[in-house]
Amino acid sequence: MTKGHQGHLNGVKMALRILVGCKRVIDYAVKVRVKPDKMGVVTEGVKHSMNPFDEIAVEEAVRMKEKKLASEIIAVSCGPQQCQETLRTALAMGLDRGIHVEISGKDYETLQPFHVSKILAKIAEEEKVDIIFLGKQAIDDDCNQTGQMTAALLDWPQATFASKIEKNNGDLMVTREIDGGLETINVKLPCVITSDLRLNEPRYATLPNIMKAKKKPIAKKSPADLGVDVSPRQEVLSVEDPPVREAGSIVQDVDELVSKLKAAGVV
Amino acid sequence: MATTRLVLRRLGQSVLSAPLKKTRPIGILQHRCCSNFYPINDDVFGLTDEQKQLRELAFQFAQKELAPHADKIDKEDYFPEMKDFWKKLGELGFLGITAPGEYGGAEGSYMDHVLVMEELSRAHGGIALSYGAHSNLCVNQIVRNGNEKQKAKYLPKLISGEHIGALAMSETTSGSDVVSMRLTAEHKGDHYLLNGTKFWITNGPEADVLVVYAKTEPKKAQHGITTFLIEKTMEGFSVGKKLDKLGMRGSPTGELIFDNVKVPVENVVGETNKGVYVLMSGLDIERLFLAAGPIGIMQAACDMAFQYAHEREQFNQKIGTFQLLQGKMADMYTILNASRCYVYNVARSLDRGNVIPKDCAAVILYTAEAATKVALDAIQILGGNGYINDYPTGRFLRDAKLYEIGAGTSEVRRLVIGRSLNAEYGVKSR
Repeated sequence: MTKGHQGHLNGVKMALRILVGCKRVIDYAVKVRVKPDKMGVVTEGVKHSMNPFDEIAVEEAVRMKEKKLASEIIAVSCGPQQCQETLRTALAMGLDRGIHVEISGKDYETLQPFHVSKILAKIAEEEKVDIIFLGKQAIDDDCNQTGQMTAALLDWPQATFASKIEKNNGDLMVTREIDGGLETINVKLPCVITSDLRLNEPRYATLPNIMKAKKKPIAKKSPADLGVDVSPRQEVLSVEDPPVREAGSIVQDVDELVSKLKAAGVV
Repeated sequence: MATTRLVLRRLGQSVLSAPLKKTRPIGILQHRCCSNFYPINDDVFGLTDEQKQLRELAFQFAQKELAPHADKIDKEDYFPEMKDFWKKLGELGFLGITAPGEYGGAEGSYMDHVLVMEELSRAHGGIALSYGAHSNLCVNQIVRNGNEKQKAKYLPKLISGEHIGALAMSETTSGSDVVSMRLTAEHKGDHYLLNGTKFWITNGPEADVLVVYAKTEPKKAQHGITTFLIEKTMEGFSVGKKLDKLGMRGSPTGELIFDNVKVPVENVVGETNKGVYVLMSGLDIERLFLAAGPIGIMQAACDMAFQYAHEREQFNQKIGTFQLLQGKMADMYTILNASRCYVYNVARSLDRGNVIPKDCAAVILYTAEAATKVALDAIQILGGNGYINDYPTGRFLRDAKLYEIGAGTSEVRRLVIGRSLNAEYGVKSR
């Protein structure tokens, strides 16, 4: 087990170091198109932005800093050069500095949560962080794996789908959104937390903060610097558009409905 | 699922929670929720990383906080949440973009200011015009011409959004011939007495602080003008009724009435009788800055029309694939981007300290007329739907037309450019 920097504080004073994952994804408002060769989706000339769940994680980390629970917050993004734009957004929202793990070309196309969690775990160790904050999933691949894998690699406790985070002496009390309700758990530090939709509503960056963010440092690293092998472990066979919804028909009565359902073989 | 909800929260929530009229077509909802905003390639326009971020911020803010109210504001000619909206603009640093940090300003550039004006205009032309009157005409004129005491007194509240600002130049009998103004300011020892009226004043009915030009030497034309800072609470100052306009609805426009308004001498901006320099240099910057308004309106027209042309089918094909519509869209796209390049380049030049009146007049002359044309094209692409007020294209046209009139008519702008060309050849024009 890897210990965090100074996770076990006595509840009065907490000065946590936080790492926040900021994935660059196709913007939520873009209508995604499948490439003609069916090996992926069109990303060229398409608007990208920070994964909205990561934005929620950024916001929560900034709020912890404003409450003086956190001392330093580091943003990390894995991907091509343009990830620096995503990091700048996070810095403008209030994070202190960024780490860009540059991965491009073929390596980027086959990058999976498996690789990213190894990168995050390594950076967490190097930076001696107490909390890794991530979005519960990214809106492009919807994997919902990175947080869990990172916690497993570090052997840290995890609090996924968080909708509320409070300090509880030296630990954190996290409310989780689960099927059929809410679950409240106590997690010891260091830990991995993934944000759910209702955790908070992210702020807008402001113009002065955009200007200030320009001066905040972004360090560049490669997976090799971190000793992580990003060779693909999976192969994409085909990417397809969701089937187009077919027009329905209006039935006269229950009997007709039942007979149609029987004909369709669903009852 | 979660993703869908999230998307709704970020952009469309206020659309959904706003009371929807039954007649409102699904098309608009789809348009706003699923976005289909025609993308702007900011690498082409040479924006810095920070400016790209600023555009994204202004876009998100304008589409979430302003666009959902756009139809209602237009129909009712009223934006009830204007004061709250102003405070939000203030929090983002948008009201004092070109103002110094010590007064709460963002210390940004005219180029930054242009981007915000463009994105607000894309969401609602009228409220964006009010934003322009406040942040450029009022705030920036105080920044450029006010003394330390005046800046310290007026700028912080204007920049935070607590106060609304305006600038007053035109009168019923002084439009293009602005130096013929009749509002008089009589010197009475430690104060001036102002008498007369101003007309077509953007934000006039709502403004707390106004930059006002008046005649201190009524017999002299341009060399008898002085600039004053007026507070709405000054005795004798009142506002006539709000004017009912063709477009730019929701942006309050009105008449100002000065009946023996006692203005202390410390509220004189710059030197007495030198107001024409404040006025004319301010007009140059105003023209450049306001030229971003038509850009935003054209972008909104393209956002709407391009999407529509690729959804609507006639003769079993998307209407956007007919050559006549391809040509129309190609022209709209080209005019929009040529206009944008000119505005951005003059803004950058201004940021380097070059004020070129000819180009300031030319950018708004061109973009204003272009916006009217592009809005008409958008209406044409939408056909019957473009002509009914369930779609926003009619509003784009009505809003665009103002820019051919406000801050100097197209005729005056041509005159400014023409005279400048004459002068370059050493020929004096009449």
